[in-house]
Amino acid sequence: MGDTRAFRVWRGDAAGGSLVDFEVEVDEGEVVLDVVHRLQATQAPDLAVRWNCKAGKCGSCSAEIDGRPRLMCMTRMSALDIGAPVTITPMRAFPVIRDLVTDVSFNDAKAREIRSFTPPPDLAPGEYRMSQVDVERSQEFRRCIECFLCQDTCHVVRDHEENKGAFAGPRFLMRVAELEMHPLDVADRVAVVQDEHGLGRCNITKCCTEVCPEGIKITDNALIPMKERVADRKYDPLVWLGRTIRRRGA
Amino acid sequence: MTETERHEYDVLVVGAGGAGLRAAIEARERGLRVAIVCKSLFGKAHTVMAEGGCAAAMGNVNENDSWQVHFRDTMRGGKFLNSWRMAELHAKEAPDRVWELESWGALFDRTEDGRIHQRNFGGHTYPRLAHVGDRTGLEIIRTLQQRIVALQQEDHAATGDYEARLRVFAECTVTELLRSDDGAIAGAFGYWRESGRFVVFSAPAVVLATGGIGKSFQVTSNSWEYTGDGHALALRAGAELVDMEFVQFHPTGMVWPPSVKGILVTEGVRGDGGVLKDSDGDRFMFGYVPAVFTGQYAESEDEADRWYDDQENNRRTPDLLPRDEVARAINTEVKEGRGSVHGGVLLDIASRMPAEEIRRRLPSMYHQFRELADVDITAEPMEVGPTCHYVMGGIDVDPDTGASGVPGLFAAGECAGGIHGSNRLGGNSLSDLLVFGRRAGLGAAGYVERLEGRPAARAEDVDAAAATALAPFDRGEAAGENPYALHADLQRSMNDLVGIIRTEAEMTAALTRLGELRERLRDVVVDGHRQYNPGWHLALDLRNMLVVGEAVATSALTRTESRGGHTRDDHPTLDPQWRHRVLRCRRRSGPQDDDPAVPPVAVEVAERDPMRADLLALFDLAELEKYYTPAELSSHPQGGSDG
Amino acid sequence: MTTTVPRRRRPGTGVDAPGRAAVGARTLRTDRWWLPPLATAVGLLAFLVYGGFRAFQRQYFFADERYLTPFYSPCVSLGCAAEPGSAHFGMFLPDNPLIPYAALSLPFLLGFRLTCYYYRKAYYRSFWLAPAACAVPEPHATYTGETRFPLILQNVHRYFFYVALLVSAINTYDAIVAFHHPTDGFVVGVGNLVLLVNVALLWCYTVSCHSCRHVMGGRLAHFSKHPVRYRLWTWVSALNTRHMLFAWVTLATLVLTDLYVALVAAGTLTDLRLIG
Ligand SMILES: Cc1cc2nc3c(=O)[nH]c(=O)nc-3n(C[C@H](O)[C@H](O)[C@H](O)COP(=O)(O)OP(=O)(O)OC[C@H]3O[C@@H](n4cnc5c(N)ncnc54)[C@H](O)[C@@H]3O)c2cc1C
Ligand code: SF4
Ligand code: SF4
Ligand code: FES
Ligand code: FES
Repeated sequence: MGDTRAFRVWRGDAAGGSLVDFEVEVDEGEVVLDVVHRLQATQAPDLAVRWNCKAGKCGSCSAEIDGRPRLMCMTRMSALDIGAPVTITPMRAFPVIRDLVTDVSFNDAKAREIRSFTPPPDLAPGEYRMSQVDVERSQEFRRCIECFLCQDTCHVVRDHEENKGAFAGPRFLMRVAELEMHPLDVADRVAVVQDEHGLGRCNITKCCTEVCPEGIKITDNALIPMKERVADRKYDPLVWLGRTIRRRGA
Repeated sequence: MTETERHEYDVLVVGAGGAGLRAAIEARERGLRVAIVCKSLFGKAHTVMAEGGCAAAMGNVNENDSWQVHFRDTMRGGKFLNSWRMAELHAKEAPDRVWELESWGALFDRTEDGRIHQRNFGGHTYPRLAHVGDRTGLEIIRTLQQRIVALQQEDHAATGDYEARLRVFAECTVTELLRSDDGAIAGAFGYWRESGRFVVFSAPAVVLATGGIGKSFQVTSNSWEYTGDGHALALRAGAELVDMEFVQFHPTGMVWPPSVKGILVTEGVRGDGGVLKDSDGDRFMFGYVPAVFTGQYAESEDEADRWYDDQENNRRTPDLLPRDEVARAINTEVKEGRGSVHGGVLLDIASRMPAEEIRRRLPSMYHQFRELADVDITAEPMEVGPTCHYVMGGIDVDPDTGASGVPGLFAAGECAGGIHGSNRLGGNSLSDLLVFGRRAGLGAAGYVERLEGRPAARAEDVDAAAATALAPFDRGEAAGENPYALHADLQRSMNDLVGIIRTEAEMTAALTRLGELRERLRDVVVDGHRQYNPGWHLALDLRNMLVVGEAVATSALTRTESRGGHTRDDHPTLDPQWRHRVLRCRRRSGPQDDDPAVPPVAVEVAERDPMRADLLALFDLAELEKYYTPAELSSHPQGGSDG
Repeated sequence: MTTTVPRRRRPGTGVDAPGRAAVGARTLRTDRWWLPPLATAVGLLAFLVYGGFRAFQRQYFFADERYLTPFYSPCVSLGCAAEPGSAHFGMFLPDNPLIPYAALSLPFLLGFRLTCYYYRKAYYRSFWLAPAACAVPEPHATYTGETRFPLILQNVHRYFFYVALLVSAINTYDAIVAFHHPTDGFVVGVGNLVLLVNVALLWCYTVSCHSCRHVMGGRLAHFSKHPVRYRLWTWVSALNTRHMLFAWVTLATLVLTDLYVALVAAGTLTDLRLIG
């Protein structure tokens, strides 16, 4: 059997709550989620927590450990400071439901605002031809497990509740990028990503990339390339001129 | 008590995995109002964990592939016990289902000429698995999820309401199916996990797509959701389960550290050159080639190693025997004391190829072991052991429509039985979800359209369901069983007694233990209140696990042979007399037997439908003779040997 | 970062907004999260102070009759006449203490770095504290990001990139002509290596720019139809992953190169001749 470690777990609901201290046994090789489960089984049977796969694949167990947004199932106890108690709180950008469980419906709403994949109208299933090099950029973004840690950490909404209406958040700006770079998507997504999904609010400070458990380079590969495409469309007189001339010529 | 919420839909889909979402899409596209209920958040269902790929005979990589070859592979994999009609539909329709995903935005890995790439997998004659790296399940579930959003956007454009015709009830658990006086489905009863409030859905058709049962076992690759809810709901509503004795144990799950025990180590490790070794470093699989396979596998390490480079002139390594054989071999090694430190065996790829190559071919395994076990698989062997992975058995359905025996009740996906026979081939589940999810959606839609009046649920059933759900709060402190402890005991019993290797004595002991657990379940008490209370949720899931455990144990006790996912130490061989028989489980309801919460299970032996002659003719007589009784083969075009 | 003055956070916003978990502490991070922004701020300020001083010093910018420091390139002020051979592109700007000798390039180089996607991240974090570190609340009451004037101007980054290409070409020219000594002919000194390394790294920084990545191929929908541009994009992408590294390394090499030239010019150091 392992050592006893100190934990401070936030317990409460929308009406209020506080960090509660626990002493829990920790075995070799365990992750934070194991400890939370031991808490449930031995000391706090009604401790609310979300999880599914326990292998970093489903994106259910998002929380903040020692103040950092992380997956509980992929945070090994051995990686945390031995000396201090481990603090676990729910994600702090979303309304809390109870204990470690938050209401992430903000994300569902944002998902619905993005125009769906729009293939060419005359292409039948089975006729799709795409090269590997053309799908690779979007494939990186499709690795997303929707843990919403990036949405949680992005200061645009984390620190400014009032921005939630005008800003889709990194995960969904990346979804627009995914469709924009899809070799067979025919919808024009450049103007809307700036005007409706709020790309301009992102100040490329890369916290989303820092916390993404899938290691997706959200800022470098999705957000900045989209900013460049927006610049093409809206802020670059030369590109505008070139486009106009080409259109006249054609 | 807070007021019960009520909703009315045409089709209620229970489960938001591949099967449930595909069914919902189909029913909605037929113009019906559809609700999807799931225990986790939308997009987190178990399907998300599937790695290897989705089998479909598109012939993109090897054009010799066809539905006939896929059909044969599936039947062989299941040791000819499969529902042949399901296997036929599955093989024929899987390519269309995969292509359709692409038109909804899925991005599979590509071939040189821009088509969907397909990979090799155990039991599949040709490269057949459409895949995206090792995260195929994620791609499929995300695509279906996004398709649902697209349909909701259409509804929004038409009506101003995203949820006008398709609504997802996430984190909502169904605990009971509701029926009308004449026994037809009328809806379902459930609770919101978040608030603990009750919900009554009235719907003339319910599609069950709740997945598997792995959480009844201690060591499993499955998540907490897999408590066999669909199996139990159907059984309680009067439907039948088939093939429940067949449970697939994947030979390689992680064994250490304890907290990750059971998490899957993909078959790809062995496919790419990894070998199994005992604690002395011996490659023990050479000693475990069963009689039916003699001559088909390499007999020396040298030959096995040559096979990776030259498959024409060498036989494959016995490390790649079917999953059931490898799982049994590992089990024996450990039992006889040749296991690794933490009770598994060693899976070594580090000594077989350069570190760089390992990281390139198996990125997620490298990551998984480094993050979770502190093991660098490019330098040390992995410790692995069998883990409960998949249940072949499930709700007995009509192959074409997914209809169960109860009017209005449909099922698809892992919780439906039949297609995989006694053993599922890797990659055949994802395609199963798509093909039969769609068919169940169509079946339900057709049923609703033909219906003259909407069946009404009995009010007393709703009250009874609410009372059962609340019971764990109402018991006095004296009762005092902890649901977590009870769950642990159940898992241990199933693992130890109804695991990979079974005997009559163990099965009988298991049934006794399950009987005791059933008693203890009556005393389960939960702390706290109804708002997001995992202890309460577990207490309610336990009764499903018990019913399912009983179905598995009783079926396993009845089938006195060994085949696929069912191995009897006391009946170690395949018996053709058992091939044509099917075990059907149903709730037993005599006056004294009736425990409405956990009804006792009765198992009945029945005959299987004989295979259609044109399908039977797809096989060589010589092969069929290994599995069939001579009488059954008289219709085979090669004559059959009646005598 | 907005045009509003940073104020004390009002209670009830951000992580304290109603409905969110009432944790109390602004951040529970226990690591030294303030260190990276602090280091960034110190580094950037040090560079600005050094660069500012040198740009206006109008001395010690040309050494051994052939080494021109990048801070004075191109040397186009009438004042460059003080060091014959330092002006390769003519002298026309008035010699005024307020006008650096390289007044033609310096504002663009400054603009290039100011609008660089990496430096934006660096100074938004370290100077604007928006956010200082991840999951550490920022002090601003409102936030509109880069949607309004003046920050909307960050979108002109690509024009600075085009000019930066030109300046890098000039720096390269400087580094090459430095092999020619007016009297000794072809020579190689340590200073030549310093200039070469500096200019090579400057190219790495410039070419690894996100705008460059976009222009090379990032804007294309179908790589498979443009194999050459795809190849270019792959190379730029590979460099781009180290853009932050190049951003800092070039700050350092710029300072070191300039310092080397200045010290040799001042006579404090003698340039070691390797050939000639
Ligand atoms: C690690 C791993 C790897 C795998 N790899 C592959 C592979 O490579 N290829 C392959 O073909 N197969 C693979 N499989 C198998 C395959 O993933 C599953 O069999 C398949 O996903 C099951 O899908 P489903 O739609 O039936 O159910 P699931 O996806 O499991 O969904 C079940 C749904 O039902 C809901 N539910 C359950 N009970 C209730 C209730 N009471 N009330 C409301 N909702 C409920 C759940 O919330 C969930 O949404 C793998 C399995 C595992 C565990
Ligand atoms: S880079 Fe942009 S989207 Fe990502 S966290 Fe920072 S501000 Fe938010
Ligand atoms: S992009 Fe990364 S951090 Fe954001 S939701 Fe997806 S997986 Fe999570
Ligand atoms: S439980 Fe699935 S990501 Fe942690
Ligand atoms: S120079 Fe840094 S992004 Fe362009």
